[in-house]
Amino acid sequence: MEFLSDIASLINSTLRISTPLVFAAMAGIFAERSGVIDFSLEGKMLMAAFVAAVGSYFLGNPWLGLLLAIIACVSLSMLHGFASVTYKGDQVVSCVAINILIIGLTTALAAAWFGQAGLTPTLNEDQRFLEVNLPFAESLRDVPIIGTIYSDILSGHYIFVYLAYAIVPLVFWVVFKTSFGLRLRAVGENPSAVDTAGINVFAMRYKALAINGVLIAFAGAHLSTAVNANFFREMSAGRGYLALAAMIFGKWHPKTALVACLLFGFTDALQIRLQGVELPAIGEIPVQLIQALPYVLTVVLLAGFVGKAIAPNAIGQPYIKER
Amino acid sequence: MATVDKSRVPWWVSNLIVPLVNLTLALFVSGLFIFIAGENPFEAVSLIIYGSFGYIEGFAYTLYYTTNFIFTGLAFAVAFHCRLFNIGGEGQAYIGGLGVFLVAINFSFLPVPIVWLLAVGGAVVFGAAWAFIPAYLQATRGSHVVITTIMFNFIAASLMVFLLVDVIRDTTQMGPHTVALPEEQWFPSFEDFAALFGIKIRYSPLNISFLLAIAASFFVWFLVWKTRWGYEMRAVGHNTQAAIYAGISPYKNIIIAMCISGGLAGLLGVNEILGVHHKIVAGFPAGYGFTGIAVALMGRNHPIGIFPAAFLFGILYQGGSEVTFDMPNITRYMFVAVQGVIILFSGALENLFRPQIENFFVNRLNLKAKA
Repeated sequence: MEFLSDIASLINSTLRISTPLVFAAMAGIFAERSGVIDFSLEGKMLMAAFVAAVGSYFLGNPWLGLLLAIIACVSLSMLHGFASVTYKGDQVVSCVAINILIIGLTTALAAAWFGQAGLTPTLNEDQRFLEVNLPFAESLRDVPIIGTIYSDILSGHYIFVYLAYAIVPLVFWVVFKTSFGLRLRAVGENPSAVDTAGINVFAMRYKALAINGVLIAFAGAHLSTAVNANFFREMSAGRGYLALAAMIFGKWHPKTALVACLLFGFTDALQIRLQGVELPAIGEIPVQLIQALPYVLTVVLLAGFVGKAIAPNAIGQPYIKER
Repeated sequence: MATVDKSRVPWWVSNLIVPLVNLTLALFVSGLFIFIAGENPFEAVSLIIYGSFGYIEGFAYTLYYTTNFIFTGLAFAVAFHCRLFNIGGEGQAYIGGLGVFLVAINFSFLPVPIVWLLAVGGAVVFGAAWAFIPAYLQATRGSHVVITTIMFNFIAASLMVFLLVDVIRDTTQMGPHTVALPEEQWFPSFEDFAALFGIKIRYSPLNISFLLAIAASFFVWFLVWKTRWGYEMRAVGHNTQAAIYAGISPYKNIIIAMCISGGLAGLLGVNEILGVHHKIVAGFPAGYGFTGIAVALMGRNHPIGIFPAAFLFGILYQGGSEVTFDMPNITRYMFVAVQGVIILFSGALENLFRPQIENFFVNRLNLKAKA
């Protein structure tokens, strides 16, 4: 029975840990399908975490914090668009600039406003998102198997966890089943053909980046106003890059990207579970090496299973309208 | 956007005026950040200038930071000429430092100058090895080098903390660092140099690695612009298809460019281990690897540009520590943000005012020619 509850808690943490990755991967799909590289998911997630925590602390409502985080992330996406779509600057350089800027700025402002440690004040219960208990979770707990699945795995997550998994089919529908999605993909594959058809390539890329900003804001708010009750320095810890790797591994497709995110989440959950545990034959693995597991997995996945990643054809190239 | 006939733009407009305008914009935005943080930006500037030039030790510190930024700036620039974004300078420098230490401690029976040469070799080999895997994966599997090098930064950090805690820690001490190298192996410092002339100055971390950085700049200039291999590498970076058509292997060039890049980043370890700490301390690359990106982009990926850019960041770092000392609301992270702004304006947004500026000068020169 202990084994079963171990598995249940592992799946439960997998769902929770994968959440920011899912939001970020979906955000990445929009940007990259439109032909704009987005390595700045990391910086935007960090920005969202900072703005959500600060906003919610001052305004007393986590939803207002989330709203401010959305505004901040959409602005950063627009900055990325301004540099790389309008001014045709290098997209990777623009992303690196945003990431370094945000790592510095968030911690510097947190330190300036709230003291040297660079933490934002701890949020109280009204200022943060709390776990949502699904109806009948308590009464069903003792039912075998179904009770475990429903009460221990599915119930008791933060709202973002449910939102993240609800958004995946929505992203699939928008990208593959609507005319907007068709145009989005066409802009990323062959912008000059889309231009010939009378669609504004630049406007499409800006729209894609705006959606990207909204989605990534949820990932950051999840980190600082749900799982944790404050912002701390570099709290995104490479998740933006992991999500990007998951998206590439998922071949820029929502469903396969989701699977990859869950795989990363599972590795991370396992990593936490394995710390300080004696393994048969191997013994205890040093904690530093276990912590590197998700990063090693990223490299292995990108190298081994994905084969040559086939990105959208026009990715990374600024569109130059012929005169 | 106005177009300009590139051949009619004088070199000093595109290589001096435009970067200076971009830098000015970046510093203006940075001033706004300092204002938002609740301090006076003008006071901050005067503190920066005093801290980096005002006294001899401060200036020595500025040159010490410059040394590190030359290494990491050159590292980023070499890979960039092959259109590779080596964001992994941080990890490569960390592992490069391991190479320096292992060589120095294991060959301590050899004469000191030979140990130094071997240690520099160790830094290059270890740094290059850490860049090799992402390079190989990029060349053969198409795994994007930005993601893999970032991952290798995280992996290097974990690996080094593991080594420092469990394997090579100085067990007589509390902190996660190794034993110190024998004193005769320490690089001569600026203090020693000044003492030769009878000048007594207080401690500064500046040492002869600065000369190594200058030598590395010449090496990069020669390699990239004066050798056949440098030409091949730039050809791959400029137009891979054309390079393949001309019989140049992108596979080989990607791997060589990344390994040289990693080796240059590894040299940071020489400055830090032989010159300053004399042992490996946890986290010694301290963000220098990332700053190298800003340095290289500002210096337009050329050693002649990288030197003043590295010096500017040296001023910002050393002057910045003066600011953080005097202004309680400013932490060193503010200067990380400043780096981001500089990368934004001199890298991604470099075309913001370029056409206008170039037009302005081309028109003026035309008028002069007619008159």
